This record gives sequence, C-alpha cells and structure tokens, in this order.
Amino acid sequence: MWKYISRRLIQLLPVLFGVSVLVFFGMHLIPGDVVLVLLGEKASAAELERLRHQLGLDQPVYIQYLRFVADALRGDFGVSIRTRQPVIWEIQQALPVTIELSLAALVFAVILGITIGVISARRPHSALDTGAMVFVLIGVSMPVFWTGILLLLVFGGILGWLPLGGILDTSLTIRRITGMPILDAVLQGNWPAVRSSTAHLILPAVTLGSVLMATIARMARSTMLDVLNLDYVRTARAKGVAEGGVVGRHALWNALLPVVTLIGLHLGLLLSGAVLTETIFALPGLGRLTITSVLARDYPVVQGVVVIGAVIFVVANLAVDVLYAWLDPRIRYS
Amino acid sequence: MARSADSIQLSARATSAARESRAVALSWRRLRRSSNLVVGAVIVVVVVASAALAPWLAPYDPIDQEFTNQLRPPAAAHLFGTDEFGRDIFSRVLFGARIALQVGVLADLIATVLGVLLGVVAGYVGGRLDALVTRVLDVMLAFPYLLLAMIVVAILGPGLTNAMIAIAVVYTPQFARVVRGVVLSVKEQDHVEAARAIGAGPIRILARCILPNIVSPIIVMSTLTIGFMIVETAGLSFLGLGASPPTPEWGSMLATGRSFMLTAAWITTFPGLAILVTVVAFNLVGDGLRDLLDPRLRGRL
Repeated sequence: MWKYISRRLIQLLPVLFGVSVLVFFGMHLIPGDVVLVLLGEKASAAELERLRHQLGLDQPVYIQYLRFVADALRGDFGVSIRTRQPVIWEIQQALPVTIELSLAALVFAVILGITIGVISARRPHSALDTGAMVFVLIGVSMPVFWTGILLLLVFGGILGWLPLGGILDTSLTIRRITGMPILDAVLQGNWPAVRSSTAHLILPAVTLGSVLMATIARMARSTMLDVLNLDYVRTARAKGVAEGGVVGRHALWNALLPVVTLIGLHLGLLLSGAVLTETIFALPGLGRLTITSVLARDYPVVQGVVVIGAVIFVVANLAVDVLYAWLDPRIRYS
Repeated sequence: MARSADSIQLSARATSAARESRAVALSWRRLRRSSNLVVGAVIVVVVVASAALAPWLAPYDPIDQEFTNQLRPPAAAHLFGTDEFGRDIFSRVLFGARIALQVGVLADLIATVLGVLLGVVAGYVGGRLDALVTRVLDVMLAFPYLLLAMIVVAILGPGLTNAMIAIAVVYTPQFARVVRGVVLSVKEQDHVEAARAIGAGPIRILARCILPNIVSPIIVMSTLTIGFMIVETAGLSFLGLGASPPTPEWGSMLATGRSFMLTAAWITTFPGLAILVTVVAFNLVGDGLRDLLDPRLRGRL
C-alpha cells in the first residue's frame, strides 16, 4: 500500500511542475504590460520602473520563473492588488469556508444518491424507479446556478424557512479557530451560532451537491442491478438471508466501488460548482475569491488561487485513488 | 501482389458492408425501443427550429427597452413577462437559443477536432511524443473545469467568444484521452497488422483502419458534452465572464434577474427552464446514441 502511495506521489511531481509553468507563463500571456495594468495609465515612468524592479520583471524570464516557484513553495504569492493583503492570507480566510461547503455537499450527495439508487434498483422499471430516474436526469442537467436561485426563492423567499445567504446571522459572531463556521461554533460551544451556521449551509450544500447526487444515484442503481444478479447474492438469498441483509450487507459494499471512482471523477465538478454556489449565496469562500479577483484583474490572487486550487484538486484525486486501492486491492498491482 | 491486395480489400469491404446492414437493422429495432432518444431528438429539433426561426417567431426585439412595461408578469401580450428594462423575455429566450446552440456547437467542434488530432497523433506515433502529449493533458486535467476556463478567460479577457474558446480548451483533453485509448487498442489489432503487411502507408492505415473505429465514440462524446458545454458557457456568463448585457444570453439573463428573484421570479425562471430543457434533450440523445452505437462506452463516458 505504501509503495502504491509513494509511486502515485512521484507521478504528481511532473503534473505540479506543469501546473506551475502553465500558471506562470499564462499570466505572461496577458496582453499588455502587467505593470501598466497594476498601476493604471496615469503612473509615471519612474513608478513603472520601480514596480517592475520590485516584481523582478526586469530579470530574465527563467530567473523570474525560479523565483516564482521558490516563493510559491514558501506559500508566498505576493500581495493582492485589490486589498493590499498577502495573497496567502486571503486564501487562508477563504479556503475553510469552501472545504466545509464541499464536505457538506459531498455528504448530501452520497447519502441521498445511494439511497435513491438502491431503492430504484430494488424494483427496476417500477413507477418508483421511473420517477427516480426522471428526477435524476433533471438533477444531472440542472444548471447549478438555477438550482441555487430556485432553492433560494422557495425555501428562503416564499417559505422563509432558511436564510437568504451569508454564513451567519449578523447578530451572532464566532471567533475564528479553523475558519470553518460550523466547526468553529461547535468548538466554542456556541449553540445559537451552530444552529445559524448550519441553517446557512443547507441550501448551498444541496445546490452544490445536486449534480453529484444525481450522478451517484444513476451509478448506484446500475451497479446495484449488476451486483444483485451475481451468483453470491443468489447464494445468500438461497441460504435464507433476509432481503435487507442481502441488499445492505452483501450487495451494497460491492456496488459502492464505482461510486468512489465517480466521486473522484467529479471532484472537479464540485470545485467548479463552488464558484457558482458561493456567488449565489454570498459565501466568502475560495470560489468567490477566484471570481472577484478574475473580474478585478487582481493577478497575484488569481495566480495563488489557481495554484492552490490545482494542488487541492490533485491531492484530493490522489486521496480518492488511495481509498479506491484500499477498497479493491487488485488496483495496486496494475 | 497488387491484385491480391485489392481482392482482399474487396472481400473485406463486402463483409463489412454486410455487417453494416445487419448493424443498421439491429439499430433500427433498438431505436424503436429507445423512446428516450426519440424524445430527446424531438426536443433538440424544436430547440434548433426556434433558434433558427427566432427573428420570425419572436414577437418583440430582444434588446428593445420599453420603460412603460417594466417587470410585467407573464400575460397574453408578453408570454413570459418582461424584465427590469421592459424587454420581452419570450423573445430573449428564443434569441438565447441561437447563442446557446452556436456557442455549444462551435465549442464542441473545436474540442472534437483538437482532441482527435492530439489523441490520434499521441496514440499512433507513440514514444516520446505520446509521453509529452499525455503529460500536457494530465496538467490540463489537474485543474477543475471551471477554474481552467476562468484562467483562459482571465488571459484572453471576458466575452462570449473567449468563453467559448475557454470551454473548448477545457474539454479538449477529455476527447484526446478517449481517442488516444481507442487508437492504442485498435493499433494492435490484426487487421491493422495485415494492412501494414500488404504495404499500406501510415496515412492510409489511419484513414481506413483507425479513424472508422473512433467515429462512434466521438459522435457519442460530442453529443453528451454539448449539453454540458451549454451549461458551462451559461455559467461563465452568469459569473460575468461571458456574454455581457444586453446580449440575450441565458446565463447572463439569470445573473441580472437574480436581483429581482423574489419580486419577479419569471425573469430567472424561463431562461433557467430553457437551459434545463435543452441540456436534458442533448443528454437524452447522447445517452441514447451511446446505447445504440457503442454500449461498451457505458460507464466510461
């Protein structure tokens, strides 16, 4: 197992190298003089020259690249043009919000997706199954941003059950420990804040998780159907194992394997969806930070967010692969 | 020598023709059973028709503002209501179909062509070139879709054309990966070996032996991704990176309508529905085609 993990880690190195090259030279492809973009048209020649020197832009390109990599490895992505804060500080503020949101979305997607898939597979082609599959087809095709708007309209606006956005009621405050609102509130034993931050997370999590939920349901249904027809399941039935035991204990675990792969394949979808979800629900996460910095042409932040985003994505994919290899030992040897 | 090569080819063509006609007959039988594909195709035709006929079907100009008619709910005069500038939403949704289809089809074409080129070259030539292409694709796949698209838009600048290019770039590695896989497996098959033995050059082998094998996965993949491309372009516009107002684009209609979500829900509802219906249709067609043309792709695409 360790051998497998270390082999996969070594395979990551060229990918991360490529990411750094792409991000570094990508920002160099931006038309126009970066210094001019940063300072605006009115800056004097001396000011331009000073900033160019400060940013190391008067050095040869390969030196600039090496400096970029060396700084990035120390977590130094420079200073935001918009807020004058270090980029890494901005990311540290935003990242935990996105992690909590993504985990909540993942939990929602896995639990509801598998439940729907298993229920459908129990009675294939029944009315319940057909209804579930229509629901799933709509779920896969729904644009995340419309799902969010509809949920807000119904549960936030018309019914008024859930808040319309943000992470906490304005009357409450939580001291920052991890940066994840619910976790921080729990750690401080601040129960009103736990209630409020959970209420604020429900709609975003459902919005973000909806596509993955539908995809999981579809996959769980088809693998469950395959597994339920296998010999060992028939043997279990013949032995007199109760139907719940057959489905829950014998079939479900084997049907879960493709679901794990699917989660790995769709992590990118989750992170992409976070940009849209955080925009709709005004959550101060990484996605929101990305879009505001792209729109404001705040290139140091864009660079930092992209590198961190790619690293997280690659590492998360690795984690899924390791989980998969642990569930199915055959993979480690291929 | 030449004559025997020709006769081998002739008989091969005859059997493949017979196989094809049998496959077509089988496909028709399956087609009649796959109602999903038919439903999807009918909706796609309706969407395409309304996009093509938008200038004649739309009762109003999609950009004309009419300040006496702001935020009217759906009624006979304005089927889907009007927005905050008094523009007719029904007309805007119709013209939006044009933009969505144009962008979706073009992005799909670009991604398909680039993906096939990269995949065929990497898979067929192999060696160092393959290693290089695969590494580059791995790097591109190391970014979450929308993040990669946002980098491209950040570099090129916001706008509908650039958003389309961004989406095409994002999907190219996926096409290339599938094509490369198919080429690698076909390359080792006996009929390719036989063609090489009778003296066929690489171009001929590619054109006659390998390309026919990637046609059906490519058709399936292009139809399956076109829906997602439409959603993602709308998403970029929603974020302000794609189409800009007053362009009647579905994503940007949702973005501006968001401020009136609670008071005038129809502004967001109809463009949202339009995206959903279009994407559902393309997904139905894609799923149906996959089962029809190449059931082995199930689970992979």
